[in-house]
Amino acid sequence: MKLNVKANIPRPDDFYQQLIVMQKDLSDDEVQLANAKLILILANHIGDMDVLSEAMQVAMPK
Amino acid sequence: MLNTYQYPEFPYIQSQEQKSGKPVRHPVVVVGAGPIGLTAALDCAARGQPVVVLDDGHTVSIGSRGVCYAKRPLEIWDRLGCAEPMVDKGISWNLGKVYFKDKLAYKFNLLPEDDHKMPAMINLQQYYLEEFLVECCAKKSDLIDLRWQHKVISLKQHDDYVSLSVETPDGIFTMECEWLIACDGANSDVRNMVNGEFTGQFFQDRFLIADVVMKADFPTERWFWFDPPFHKNQSVLLHRQADDVWRIDFQLGWDADPVEEKKPENVIPRIKAMLGDDKEFELEWVSIYQFACRRIDNFRYGRVLFAGDAAHQVSPFGARGANTGVQDTDNLIWKLKLVLDGKAPARLLDTYDEERAYAADDNLLQSTRSTDFITPKSKSSRYFRDATLELAEDYDFARPLVNSGRLSSPTPYVESSLNTPDETHFEGAMTPGANCADAPIVYRGEETWFLNCLGEGFIILVFGSAPNISSLRAGGVEASVLTVGETLWDMKGILAERYDGGQEAVYLLRPDQHVAARWRSFDGEKIKAALARATCQTSSSKVQE
Repeated sequence: MKLNVKANIPRPDDFYQQLIVMQKDLSDDEVQLANAKLILILANHIGDMDVLSEAMQVAMPK
Repeated sequence: MLNTYQYPEFPYIQSQEQKSGKPVRHPVVVVGAGPIGLTAALDCAARGQPVVVLDDGHTVSIGSRGVCYAKRPLEIWDRLGCAEPMVDKGISWNLGKVYFKDKLAYKFNLLPEDDHKMPAMINLQQYYLEEFLVECCAKKSDLIDLRWQHKVISLKQHDDYVSLSVETPDGIFTMECEWLIACDGANSDVRNMVNGEFTGQFFQDRFLIADVVMKADFPTERWFWFDPPFHKNQSVLLHRQADDVWRIDFQLGWDADPVEEKKPENVIPRIKAMLGDDKEFELEWVSIYQFACRRIDNFRYGRVLFAGDAAHQVSPFGARGANTGVQDTDNLIWKLKLVLDGKAPARLLDTYDEERAYAADDNLLQSTRSTDFITPKSKSSRYFRDATLELAEDYDFARPLVNSGRLSSPTPYVESSLNTPDETHFEGAMTPGANCADAPIVYRGEETWFLNCLGEGFIILVFGSAPNISSLRAGGVEASVLTVGETLWDMKGILAERYDGGQEAVYLLRPDQHVAARWRSFDGEKIKAALARATCQTSSSKVQE
């Protein structure tokens, strides 16, 4: 697997808080749109089709 | 309505065979005189093959319908001697703009590569295109028998021919043919007559298309709006055509009432909302359409061959309908001619299905992807669509994700059984199965274009040294040698650049201007083997190697 599924975020609590705060004052619609943008921005940053496919697999409902 | 164009009326003429009541067996009958049927007939004529075309109507396409014609079909029509009036009358364009809500999301340029004879894309109303094709057919009336108001009502396949019941104003009569080419459109009757399966995906959406006449100073560009203020939540496309006719497509959604929406009193306010109240225009033609992405399960049913929309139907985004249909007949007719002449076995026609079904699947994929972007199927895919468009305004990375239609380009037959695989490495795009790139050259002392000097047969294109022979044969099929630096001069070096011919290179080119094989030196035996393979003159086990 090329996707890094080991812990890789140096300050996990800070990141998680930022993610929640980002959405705090947004309507449901705005949240959905912002999340979609976030996925696209990060996917582009990764830019590796194998990694992205693996991530999509991992994200699927159990 | 309809005032910039005068529809020609083609005369019905009773055929000799109907008059006499004695069935005549024709080698080739084409059903449908649309762009694809007429092109099939012209390709037959170019190869010296007599052909009868049957059409149940007596004029050209009503309304503009197909609008964009791409470089490859133009090259094919140029081979058939009819591209010039199309390019002269058509509108060439390169720039596309995509708007999201009230903002420009991004622009794209087709960026046509220089040094090709044909432009990247022209816009032309389908009725003009068909009129030019009919005129071309009239010049070949010794070979093309174009019969209007002839409707095929049933057919029966026999071992070595097809019999047809054909209805005309004089009643019903029987015709026979060795091969039938069905170019009778998406609702093909012929397809139903052979019980052809035509499956795929239907889209629950409706579009209003309007041809509008106006003197507008808009630039000649393709403008596409997602969710514009003048047509909330839907998409709109504006395209310029010849004669100050502009084509506007409004997405209406599935709930729209097609009868109500077509009424001028409902169409005109939509256009006014878009253009502003002060813009003067006239409505020429209006239609409502919905579409499907589907194809026939086999392009060949015995002695019946399907081409164009009769074989595959795509969404209009990307101009992949007529453009791919023309490439169907380009692929088919040389094969059919070899089979008719007894120079190749009938299974060569199975490779028509192999290659064109492959291309159709590529087109269907592209077309379905565009449709999914333009009309998202779920709430969450709508969020992704809108997110992409918003990001595209400010960030480069999102622009390639915007899909308002990927414009038609030829599908290389990379997996075709007719190809001989490469033995050595070549640079560039001219891989076996690819269509030949054009280039400016000098041929027999005259400045011209590479594709114009290929003729109608197989060509052995040689960069470097060749033995002093003018042709090679495999069975009854001949390939002519064309040596760069002898009859053909590559003055600008562009041909060598596009074919990686800076060092020695030998190409075997098919009659439809696709690469069959290539090598780094002239080896007559290898060329003959590749020629045999490209015409199915080898045992089938060999072909599978």
